[in-house]
Amino acid sequence: MSQAAATAHDDHHYTSTGLSSWKVGFWTFIGSECLFFATLISTYMVYKGRSITGPYPGEILDIPLTSVSTFVLLMSSLAMVLGLDGIQRGSKRLTLIWLGAVILLGATFLGFQVYEFNHFVHEGLTISTNVFGSSFFVLTGFHGAHVAGGVIWLSTLWILAARGKLTSADSLKVEIAGLYWHFVDIVWIVIFTLVYLIQ
Amino acid sequence: MSTTVATETAQTHAGAHTEDTGLWSWVTTVDHKRIGIMYFLTSFFFFFVGGLEAMLIRIQLMRPENAFISAETYNQMFTMHGTTMVFLVAMPMAVAFFNYIVPLQIGARDVAFPRLNALSYWIFLFGGLFINSSFLFGAAPNTSWVGYANLTSLQFEPGRNVEFWIIGLSILGISSILGGVNFITTIINLRAPGMKLMRMPLFSWMTLVTSFLLITAIPVIAVALILLAFDRFFGANFYEVTAGGDPILWQHLFWLFGHPEVYILILPSFGIISDVIPTFSKKPLFGYPVVVYAGILIGFIGWGVWSHHMFTVGLGPIADSFFVASTMIIAIPTGIKIFNWLATMWGGAIRFPTPMLFAVGVVAVFTVGGLSGIMHASAPIDLQQHDSYFVVAHFHYVLVGGALMGLFSGLYYWFPKVTGRLMSETLGKWHFWTTMIGFNLTFFPMHFAGLFGMPRRTWTYQAELNLETWNQLSTVGAFIFGFSSLLLFWNLFRSLKKGEAVDPNPWKSGTLEWSIPSPPHHYNFPVLPEVRSREPLWDDAERAEVEAQTLMEPEQEPVMPSPSFWPMVVAFGITLTWALIMTGIWWAPLAGLAFTAYGIFSWAFQPAFR
Amino acid sequence: MSSEAMAGNMAHDQGGDSHGEHGSHASPGFYWAIGGILTVITAVEVAVFYIPFLASVLVPILLVLSGAKFALVVMFFMHLKYDSRIFSGVFLAGLVLAAFMTVALIILYHVLPNYDLMG
Repeated sequence: MSQAAATAHDDHHYTSTGLSSWKVGFWTFIGSECLFFATLISTYMVYKGRSITGPYPGEILDIPLTSVSTFVLLMSSLAMVLGLDGIQRGSKRLTLIWLGAVILLGATFLGFQVYEFNHFVHEGLTISTNVFGSSFFVLTGFHGAHVAGGVIWLSTLWILAARGKLTSADSLKVEIAGLYWHFVDIVWIVIFTLVYLIQ
Repeated sequence: MSTTVATETAQTHAGAHTEDTGLWSWVTTVDHKRIGIMYFLTSFFFFFVGGLEAMLIRIQLMRPENAFISAETYNQMFTMHGTTMVFLVAMPMAVAFFNYIVPLQIGARDVAFPRLNALSYWIFLFGGLFINSSFLFGAAPNTSWVGYANLTSLQFEPGRNVEFWIIGLSILGISSILGGVNFITTIINLRAPGMKLMRMPLFSWMTLVTSFLLITAIPVIAVALILLAFDRFFGANFYEVTAGGDPILWQHLFWLFGHPEVYILILPSFGIISDVIPTFSKKPLFGYPVVVYAGILIGFIGWGVWSHHMFTVGLGPIADSFFVASTMIIAIPTGIKIFNWLATMWGGAIRFPTPMLFAVGVVAVFTVGGLSGIMHASAPIDLQQHDSYFVVAHFHYVLVGGALMGLFSGLYYWFPKVTGRLMSETLGKWHFWTTMIGFNLTFFPMHFAGLFGMPRRTWTYQAELNLETWNQLSTVGAFIFGFSSLLLFWNLFRSLKKGEAVDPNPWKSGTLEWSIPSPPHHYNFPVLPEVRSREPLWDDAERAEVEAQTLMEPEQEPVMPSPSFWPMVVAFGITLTWALIMTGIWWAPLAGLAFTAYGIFSWAFQPAFR
Repeated sequence: MSSEAMAGNMAHDQGGDSHGEHGSHASPGFYWAIGGILTVITAVEVAVFYIPFLASVLVPILLVLSGAKFALVVMFFMHLKYDSRIFSGVFLAGLVLAAFMTVALIILYHVLPNYDLMG
């Protein structure tokens, strides 16, 4: 191999910061997502107390139920970081256990949300009822859509791992998916406080 | 993609290979230079579409009580003129330069995510075509480019017009966010050895600032549009007063996006002329760090001024005072830049080929627009000028005189890098002077028309208002300006074949993109060059070192990412998904989503390198 | 999968990732501890919600507690505390503007209307 080609080869390893471009790009994307959710949350906050007809938040939000689903999502974050730790250690078993746990916990959270939405509709709160209904369903609905996207993403990784196509060399892929998952979790931390607890 | 880039070179590859040509190679390209060219050609096409709409507006306003086009058509024309010029011309034409020039300026072989870059382009193309397809249904958007609620509600606008606008802009927004992420990553991570941040050419710096504005401002309008879509398609109450909704929220969200958007439009132009002026003054940029910090400061303060678009809403004295103050403060970093450009020229060996003419034109004309902007910053004065032609004059001075002329400067400046040929100087000078004369004749009289009471977005005016003379001057100016654009088209077309062939650095510039052959190889740099200063080509010793690296012919070409048609498939899927929302069938978009997901998975499992 | 196969994979698929780009990750025990703290804070949040005499200070308490949860997840689960400051930079650029916007809109809608300078 000629000198030039050898240098060209080394160039490909090079990034000016030594960081993975995937991680730089994904953190940037998370920065962008902050604005997306902040706008939805701002809308909810702006419309707090402006509904002309009920049901109002205090009458319908179920704190015990949502506390459980919040706990479920929080624990999924713990499972996520343990799954990342597992793949970085090269343990297929730990990877599958913990990623599987994330997927199940995420699906459970979505189940709670489906139940909650259904329940609210039966209680007479729809997206058209009042501004609380509009802003609540759109905010939590988009959060739920993000969770669902994360579940699909992680399921793909789980299948790859189960087939032995995702190893410790691919831990970056799990790390990026993890960043996404944790971000969705911290958005929920904010929503749980601002929407459910501060009524 | 860099992680994969790293890898694939480890595999052996057979000999040198050259770039594919032909239509399919363009459809599947992931090369930032080709994508840049496609961005330019597409935005240039829309420039003539938007220009045609402007001409119809000017013909309609040429005479009082004219009926050249109907009031409904007029509404569609000014709405689509604004929407087209902002989202389909000024932004993507700047992105064309980001694409072509930034990797060359910072010494990279491509952007950080080449396929994502292709995806951004295809989404832009499909989104632009989608929003313009509304003309085929006679339902072009007609509620102005700011689309104030509740004009856009089903009650007042039952047709499809607003829906084309909501969905078209949502599609375009995805392109901008992905592009922003890509360029931030590229500039942070793919600078050549020695290319520290404070050695980057100003254009790359302003690309970085603009990209941050893109990724932060676009989500806000995305949500504002989503709320509007839920109102219209699913009966939500976000802007519905009778249910407690507030149309003013739309204005807040729109301008929370809209004002950073103004800087998204202007900062690329500032970056271009900050590279052009030093080149043709043969002096380094005066106060380089200050110009950089001023650009960052503009981007940051630009987030805190949005309600100066809303002084007539009645937000109260405290809010108004805050936004008056913040708006006046943002004039400071802008003024700093203007004085730095002047100081760069001061005492320099100035030449005036076309790029420099346009750059100096920007400094002069933008300053006029900046001054009328400071007038609006004062709430009491703004109450008189709001929604009048004075405002139309102001923002055309900053957006045409500032943004578009800066892009023209960049076009003449970098054309020889892209093609290896100069554009015609004679035609260029004709283009510049017809632009200057036509532009000022169009927009300067609008200040007077506005102060004398001519309202914006109004189909016609009464003869008794004595506005005819001002409007006729504007219309004549518009025809001259329109003619100047034809000169530009002719110059571009002609120079592709007949332009004077030149060496890699015809303007004797100092920055890295001029150290490689014109047009560049598809891999840009045979080896990544090492730089030691802001103008590596202005120091003879450093230039020799850099050119030894950049002009060498490698025995084996660096392996570049493989072409992929999945970006186009995914872009089509996204457009389809959004378009199917308009059917009103709840599961229809899911079909589009499934198609998109198929594209994404195929993409994810296709190796970036063959 | 054998270690050889994994090494092979590393060379072929992820060569660029082998740079030590961030500091050492903590042990699973540490993550469990953080998870425990998060659980306790959530329990306290819900408890505070039901205690009548805390109603007047409910909002500040909840904001502090959920802010702490937010910070713990970002710093330790997302590893921002140990990772490059560039990641913090691009994240905070968005987060700060997001917070600014939310606070500004709340002030515009819920605080300023209560003041009437004109008397």
